[in-house]
Amino acid sequence: MTSVHGANPLRDAADRRLPRIAGPSGLVIFGVTGDLSRKKLMPAVYDLANRGLLPPGFSLVGFARREWQDEDFTKVVHDAVKEHARTPFREEVWQQLIQGMRFVQGTFDDDDAFERLRGTIEELDKAQGTGGNFAFYLSVPPKSFPVVIQQLKKHGLADQTEGSWRRAVIEKPFGHDLRSAEELNAIVHEVFAPDQVFRIDHYLGKETVQNILALRFANQMFEPIWNRSFVDHVQITMAEDIGIGGRAGYYDGIGAARDVIQNHLLQLMALTAMEEPASFDADALAAEKTKVLGAVRLPRDLGRGTVFAQYTAGWQGGEKAVGYLQEEGIDPASKTDTYAAIKLGIDNRRWAGVPFYLRTGKRLGRRVTEIAVVFQRAPHSPFDTTATEELGQNAVVIRVQPDEGVTVRFGSKVPGTSMEIRDVSMDFAYGESFTESSPEAYERLILDVLLGDSNLFPRTEEVELSWKILDPIEEHWDGHGRPAQYPAGTWGPVEADEMLERDGRSWRRP
Amino acid sequence: MKIDLTDTTASKINKALVQGRRAIGTPAVGMVLTLVIVTDEENAYDALRAANDASREHPSRTLVVIKRVSRSPRNRTSSRLDAEVRVGAEAGTGETVVLRLYGEVVDHAQSVVLPLLLPDAPVVAWWPVNAPLDPAKDPLGALAQRRVTDTYAAETPVEELNARAKAYTPGDTDLSWTRITPWRSMLAAALDQVSCEVKAVEVEGEEFNPSCELLAMWLADRLDVPVKRSLSSGPGLTAVRMDTSCGSIALGRSDGALATLSIEGQPDRAVALKRRETAELIAEELRRLDPDDTYASVLRYGVDRLTAAAAPAEPPAGETADEGTAAAGASEGAAAQAPAKKAATKAPAKRAAAK
Repeated sequence: MTSVHGANPLRDAADRRLPRIAGPSGLVIFGVTGDLSRKKLMPAVYDLANRGLLPPGFSLVGFARREWQDEDFTKVVHDAVKEHARTPFREEVWQQLIQGMRFVQGTFDDDDAFERLRGTIEELDKAQGTGGNFAFYLSVPPKSFPVVIQQLKKHGLADQTEGSWRRAVIEKPFGHDLRSAEELNAIVHEVFAPDQVFRIDHYLGKETVQNILALRFANQMFEPIWNRSFVDHVQITMAEDIGIGGRAGYYDGIGAARDVIQNHLLQLMALTAMEEPASFDADALAAEKTKVLGAVRLPRDLGRGTVFAQYTAGWQGGEKAVGYLQEEGIDPASKTDTYAAIKLGIDNRRWAGVPFYLRTGKRLGRRVTEIAVVFQRAPHSPFDTTATEELGQNAVVIRVQPDEGVTVRFGSKVPGTSMEIRDVSMDFAYGESFTESSPEAYERLILDVLLGDSNLFPRTEEVELSWKILDPIEEHWDGHGRPAQYPAGTWGPVEADEMLERDGRSWRRP
Repeated sequence: MKIDLTDTTASKINKALVQGRRAIGTPAVGMVLTLVIVTDEENAYDALRAANDASREHPSRTLVVIKRVSRSPRNRTSSRLDAEVRVGAEAGTGETVVLRLYGEVVDHAQSVVLPLLLPDAPVVAWWPVNAPLDPAKDPLGALAQRRVTDTYAAETPVEELNARAKAYTPGDTDLSWTRITPWRSMLAAALDQVSCEVKAVEVEGEEFNPSCELLAMWLADRLDVPVKRSLSSGPGLTAVRMDTSCGSIALGRSDGALATLSIEGQPDRAVALKRRETAELIAEELRRLDPDDTYASVLRYGVDRLTAAAAPAEPPAGETADEGTAAAGASEGAAAQAPAKKAATKAPAKRAAAK
């Protein structure tokens, strides 16, 4: 029983008021007691229901070790929704959701629990009309992946019967190097077909990231200059002001590059640099992203083209912050990078010779993610040098978060009798031109999973290509000395500044 | 911040807008459209409040055109424009100008509005009450890409629907139509779950609620089956019952908030289907500014049927129709639309500003 949109006479492509509602389906969350589940997934489910985007009878099943009854689970969801949902709480929406909520108690190696889960799903098919369509959201530590996947297989939970679907949703990290990523993919694909596996990179669910494609390919004014003839270089930054918080166990040994560059930053780079896809469907997009990731060239001298560093004690925004090595649960001899900056080239006709600088770090000046495309200086200026002394390079900056929007920076005459040209910026702010409450990334992504729309999910090849880019860098860092240091609350180590200085450039202050 | 201007002109208002923006320190303009609300003093407050709420989703410049009633010949010949310019916190996320027109200028409101439209941005006109018969030909309506009326607020909604159908111009839309989007989407979702053919439909709702007629016409138009409209005491729409080749499908809502979807052979399910506030309706209207072809087709359907089928008897009021009789009752008269009265009756003229 698939959704028969083609056959449904009430569906009409021209009727654009009718939202894309997911077909009959349910969502099973493993690790439902975790932070992500409470802060993001449950509220996202509620928000979707509140916006009328979930099918009648949508079911939510929690699976965890806690000794809970259905009622305890409902209470937890209720509290999570009240606290974190984006849209106001409405009793009638809650009444609709509550009917399909179930909790299954058990550990991941407990066969009985998975049998109970199967029973629950069968019961929901009868009671709620979910039609056998279930997505399994694995919000679990990487080491539990294989067990859960195998258990799903063993108990026939991954089997798609006639006309129904079973999907797996997995979160980063997708391995910690190429080999482990391949292993993980092998495990998952043995049980779920590749097109039924959805890898969540929540950055791709953000409106601003999707807007990169709109900005580039729906407009005429940017694309003609989006190439090596006009672009000097590109800087992609993702900075966090927080430290590692309670994630010491996960973070140590992984580091900033694996945690952020491998997935988020390389995806942002792919979207910024890729050629125009033949159409806006999942296959065409993936094809272009794969092409550009495949064309990435590492710097010849990894020591000069990359920087890794750790934060030391300092002051971050008026608060005293301890250094990384002093954080609780961190080995004082740890070499894990909390800051990483790398310089990449793309070997194709459009980008040859244009460096892409990617940097990410914890305990930096402020929380910001942005893509800055910096243009070359005008080849000739009729103004004398004193007039343009303060003129920088033109830039288009896509602000991914916070304060989502696009900034264009260019020179303008300062009012007055003398000719003096200075940088000004022209701003487009999402919050100002569109809704105050644009949907959370998870809302969009969960809906897409239920609809089976894989536009916004990285594929196996993309993940593996990203590891191919990062592995040699990590290897180099392993073998070459200790990370550089930067005081918490600054914009990174001097080594990173020097790296750009050697190229005659400098980092933007985001 | 609020600036009051008495006996003023559009250019002075424009100056006040710039001055207001400067004063609150946000000289950049990120507004995406101009919303022109044409109303009387009585409805201005509620309409403006709804528009301000909607402006959180669509930052806009809101122009409220209030045509004041002149009660003496002297008043009618003299003419005056007063304006209240609001920017910042008092105007949602955009800017608001409340324009009060007295005397002769009442008939030339477009001359005040035109200079105040945002450059290069779409214009939406909204009449919360007393919409003109042909919105596209109205001098204010002609400035707008999208014209929002509300037949729910009309004296005789069904006749007004007829008039809307006749005068339809791409870009017209009606809040009675907006109100049923959740119903339509839930009914479509219900049909997603089964693959069977619909044979007859019954739409039940309160009297004088054109949303019921519009929903009935939409179902008839899409499904090409007889649709019966029956009455209940509300609130709003109360039920849609579909007789299909695999049993009955019913969506019922008695309390205006929580509905029950029953599909034969499946358990009943509760679905949230709350009646929405005007602000939400306006926000939905502003989301898409292209012509609504589905609405056009639904309106057109109604007119065709009403003139073709020689108006079958009004459905017996108060009859609690059960699934069984729904199909039978409707099958005789192709599609029994609503209280289909004389099609050609003149729709109520604009209840003129001056009584």
